[in-house]
Amino acid sequence: MTITINGSDYAVPYDSRVSLLDMLRERLSLTGTKLGCNQGACGACTVLLDGERVLSCLTLAAQADGRDVLTIEGMQGADGSLHPLQKAFIEHDGLQCGYCTPGQICSAVAMARELRRGDPSHVTANLAAGPDGPTREEIRERMSGNLCRCGAHNGIVEAIEEMLGREAA
Amino acid sequence: MTPFAFHVARDCAEALSLGAASGARFIGGGTNLVDLLRQNVESASKLVDVSRLAANIHEVGNGALLVDASVKNSALAAHPMVRGRYPMLSRALLAGASAQIRNMATVGGNIMQRTRCAYFYDVDGARCNKRQPGSGCDAIGGFNRYHAILGVSNDCVATHPSDMCVALAALAALVHLVGPEGERTVPLAEFHVLPGASPQIETVLRPGEMITAIELPPATPAMANSEYRKVRDRSSYAFALVSVAAGLEVVGGKIAEARIALGGVAAKPWRATRAEAALRGLPATRANFLSAAEEELTKAQPLEGNAFKIGLVQRTTAAVLESLAGERA
Amino acid sequence: MSKLQNALVGGVRTVLGRVPASWLPGGTPDPIIQKRATLGTQQSRIDGPDKVCGAARFAAEVPMANLLHAAFVHSTIARGKIAELDVSAAEAAPGVALVMTYRNAPKMSVPPAIGITNLKAAGNHTLPVMQDAEIRWNGQAVAVILAETREQAEHAATLVRIRYNAEQSRTRFKEGKKNARTPDSILIERNRVDKGNARKKLAEAAYKIDAVYRTPWQNHNPIEPHAATIAWQDGRLIVHDATQMIHATAGSLAKVFGLKEADVFVSSPFVGGGFGAKGMWDHQILGAAAAKLAGRPVRVVLSRASMHRLVGGRTQTEQRVALGAGADGKLTALLHHGYATKPQHSICDEGFSLTGRSLYASGSFDIVQHHVDLDLLANSFMRAPGEAPGTFAIECAMDELAHQLGMDPVELRRRNIASCDPISGSPHSQSATMTAYDLGAERIGWARRAPAPRARCEGEWLVGMGCAGGTFPFARMPGTSARITLDAGGQAHVASAAHEMGMGTATVQRQHAADRLGLPLDSVSVTIGDSRLPFASFAGGSSQTASLGAAISAASGKLAAELLRLAGNDTPLAGLRASEVEFADSGLRSIEDPSRHESFASIFRRSGRNELSVTGESGAPLEMLKFSMHSTSAIFCQLRVSEVTGEIRIDRLVGAFDCGRILNAKTATSQFKGGMIMGLGMALTEETLLDERSGRIMSTSLADYHVPVHLDVPEIDVLWTDIPDPRTPMGARGIGEIGTTGVAAAVANAVFNATGTRVRDLPITLDKLASNATPEKREAISRPEFP
Repeated sequence: MTITINGSDYAVPYDSRVSLLDMLRERLSLTGTKLGCNQGACGACTVLLDGERVLSCLTLAAQADGRDVLTIEGMQGADGSLHPLQKAFIEHDGLQCGYCTPGQICSAVAMARELRRGDPSHVTANLAAGPDGPTREEIRERMSGNLCRCGAHNGIVEAIEEMLGREAA
Repeated sequence: MTPFAFHVARDCAEALSLGAASGARFIGGGTNLVDLLRQNVESASKLVDVSRLAANIHEVGNGALLVDASVKNSALAAHPMVRGRYPMLSRALLAGASAQIRNMATVGGNIMQRTRCAYFYDVDGARCNKRQPGSGCDAIGGFNRYHAILGVSNDCVATHPSDMCVALAALAALVHLVGPEGERTVPLAEFHVLPGASPQIETVLRPGEMITAIELPPATPAMANSEYRKVRDRSSYAFALVSVAAGLEVVGGKIAEARIALGGVAAKPWRATRAEAALRGLPATRANFLSAAEEELTKAQPLEGNAFKIGLVQRTTAAVLESLAGERA
Repeated sequence: MSKLQNALVGGVRTVLGRVPASWLPGGTPDPIIQKRATLGTQQSRIDGPDKVCGAARFAAEVPMANLLHAAFVHSTIARGKIAELDVSAAEAAPGVALVMTYRNAPKMSVPPAIGITNLKAAGNHTLPVMQDAEIRWNGQAVAVILAETREQAEHAATLVRIRYNAEQSRTRFKEGKKNARTPDSILIERNRVDKGNARKKLAEAAYKIDAVYRTPWQNHNPIEPHAATIAWQDGRLIVHDATQMIHATAGSLAKVFGLKEADVFVSSPFVGGGFGAKGMWDHQILGAAAAKLAGRPVRVVLSRASMHRLVGGRTQTEQRVALGAGADGKLTALLHHGYATKPQHSICDEGFSLTGRSLYASGSFDIVQHHVDLDLLANSFMRAPGEAPGTFAIECAMDELAHQLGMDPVELRRRNIASCDPISGSPHSQSATMTAYDLGAERIGWARRAPAPRARCEGEWLVGMGCAGGTFPFARMPGTSARITLDAGGQAHVASAAHEMGMGTATVQRQHAADRLGLPLDSVSVTIGDSRLPFASFAGGSSQTASLGAAISAASGKLAAELLRLAGNDTPLAGLRASEVEFADSGLRSIEDPSRHESFASIFRRSGRNELSVTGESGAPLEMLKFSMHSTSAIFCQLRVSEVTGEIRIDRLVGAFDCGRILNAKTATSQFKGGMIMGLGMALTEETLLDERSGRIMSTSLADYHVPVHLDVPEIDVLWTDIPDPRTPMGARGIGEIGTTGVAAAVANAVFNATGTRVRDLPITLDKLASNATPEKREAISRPEFP
């Protein structure tokens, strides 16, 4: 009964009501993952579970048993250097208060993988053919599960574009 | 949240035996159930995690597609066969919730979603016959902009919030069930029930029974030429005000097959059988599409807040069919 | 407020009108306006690395041993009394340490109310907090549960049994209007303006618009919920809060608990979005009370539902605007009347009626607002309070008038824009609103707009363009202080109890201090965010940058004087007074003769000192009463409306701003955009649903209250005039709220241009557009109403 979080193993809490989010924040002091709405409506708590983005507020810790979790604390390089997307967020001012930011970053990192895989989105015109590249509309639709109330949307999209552009180059 | 035990089912038989206990609930992705438990709308003594059961999508002999209940919404939406043969289903899935939630939510759980009526959710402060039978319905006379116009009763006007199910209804998908009394299949369009005098009963599921798979029938031209259009209050990450899943086959200028289902209008995904029948053999014109949609809604019973849905459904249905006719012409 | 206040403010204004401007703060332009060093350049926010790593520490993340978690129980009636209360099951539930209700809550004073006379007051309402069985709004906190874990606390909260004796409650706006109050003043302005017989002028006008505009209750919904980590240590109260009112919260909690101010410590280095919501509400008071009873530290994190039930939002308004004009478009009459919900116990005036007093030079004015007293949660300030709903009404009416006249809406503004305060005649400190209009019009390609509605169609989409102006008053708060500590190594440290909730406070004031002290950026550091630091007023009313800027400016003046004193006579600076020197090249020099310079290091060396610390303060903001000072904007929008569904998609949004000098192009752009996106939400989706039958809010989640998502937000263009305001610190006026004003009107006007349907009732949801509206609704939408 353990969950691997950013490479370390932790025991699943005894109380099965504990969400993955509360386990991270209240029990492991991994407070980089944010509690926004606690009901799956804002995306602030986004983490990667076995490489795919999920909401940790609606995931019971028990459901993550035996799985691999990556949080914002695990995004930096081993030497503490910022992930290219973290740098791009600062450069493009893709943040203001900074509270939705870890969720946006985790979400975007996983989104890049979905795009590479050719997964379609709701705005993909030809579903069979897949997305027509990382257009702004594709990025916006795919990031719509992460609310930002300060209004950093433009900067976030620009930062993601920069990351995707670098990957493509 | 009341305390509950948590068990992971390793196979179907174990799930059934664990789920037989009173107060036990199956949990898939948990995207709806965990919220309902946290809001105290529901309670459980035991959660049986069925999300780790087999999650395959495979073609069966006759060209039908069998989708295990534990398949994630995102996996189903991205599956090449679904995108190619049943685009309305892929689009409907992708219209639901957010990428994160689609990565968690299972097909079985999506079908079992409960209404998003705010009075249903407000355990302390509102009356709701679905939550507490006989207590009354505060949505009638309250905020009912999102509520049903078809198949409503004096006791409940809630809608079913799923996008996926609307497409499944139009595709005439079958729901595979297993329970203490064995296996059976139920057409998706008959799986959810209208509220009548007992809105707490939402499906034909029997005690201890669970969804194991859905079966998509072999694709017809109308299924392959299909779309899903969702109308909502913002451009993404919102529940439908109304939605239309439709497929169309036009042969020689005449409609050979029309498949239409409506979302956001009833306590179940609404297969528009009257409109489908009315269109058969007619020329694929906007006027015919509009009058068929009108035909479907003759029995609509709007409330103060949702009368706009009647015209909205008609125009949206006609527009979707028109675009499908155009693309095939 | 009161008649007395009107007399005082009026009297001061009259006196200041005769005082030469040079005697007042801002009498001579801030010399830093002429220095172009780092202010005005693009600078990335200095807390960016912490924020992108999730390392910035928010209120609910402060570690504390032996912590208890709080959950709240809320009333389900709007008015009445608690008749029976059974907490035994909750008390017996696993992990529960305390169930607090009015029966066992400690005696607490009502917190002092926010106002202009007490900068250490943070109370948003005047009701006692959990002191009696009385219920005054639906959602009031009636019990607080403390337990070892959040799960246990939330579960125990469901076990509290309460029976109420409900009394007749007032929860309906329409009925409340009948007994509306007409206050003497709105904020610091006289409420009623009657100038030039507007009713008569309106009746005589060749062209007139007379319509009613409605804006709903809205909620701030910051992504970080209200939260606090609270502890009592040796009689001192420690609150790690999420607040935009650090000192006011500390001062208020001291009053509530009968403590000395020095015995309350409030810390709030990062706030996860505020927008007016992150002030002091019942949860901090109840959290502190419960922590006191339990004798253990407490963490409060409000659920979204608790946020909606305990923290007020922008109140509902109903505004009549009537405009009269001649064929030349010149306004002859401007009438702005209306209602805003403001419960008797509420502090916040939603001053929508202030908008029409500053923008246009009408021949006559008739302005007054009334307050509807209901049994509801107190309303509060939300980004661009007053002006956000006010500009919606006025700027839609201007568009309607332009349409009636057959005149371009920008041209109509040009003919009417005020060259001084239209009511008092006070001069503008600086104003170039039409320059902003011209910038914005060019950027969006306004010339391509078809004047007639429904002229552009792309498939099922009708395309339209609209514009509107925005305005928000300048404010500088007195008392805000900053301490500058300069050391022998030439490092300066600035400290103030200011707030960071995304504006880039420390980033910008670091630039300011560096320029002010003639230091390179990396020689300056800034500490903000707790009540041990020099006093700072709230972060609100777009005032913080000016207030803190004034404090740093004052401190730097003191620093110069102190350095001169230390320098003594054996220095190139000998004989110079503080007003005759300036900071440059890590030292002081004579303004007259720049060759007379001595470095800080040299002064320190000679005086044997290692560092020097001075504190400066923002003085009385008399310039606000002498001059008409407003940030203004011109907002342009291009959108599409589906003829099939009525859905609206924003294709382009341009904001051109006249806000004095822009201090950091990068963070300012973000702040403007943020305000505009909140305006988009106001225009299209945001509405707090109050069930008037019960007084209960039914939209208590982010799934029910729709804020814009990524796909709703287009690429936004932000432009500015960048003309320094000679009357303000650094030449800057506020930029925090101006982005929101005017956006809803620009969207509504573009919707009209696209569809020919005029929606005067926010938000503009698809059911209000012609093809979806029921016949009765369509009637109401398309015809002006007369109250």
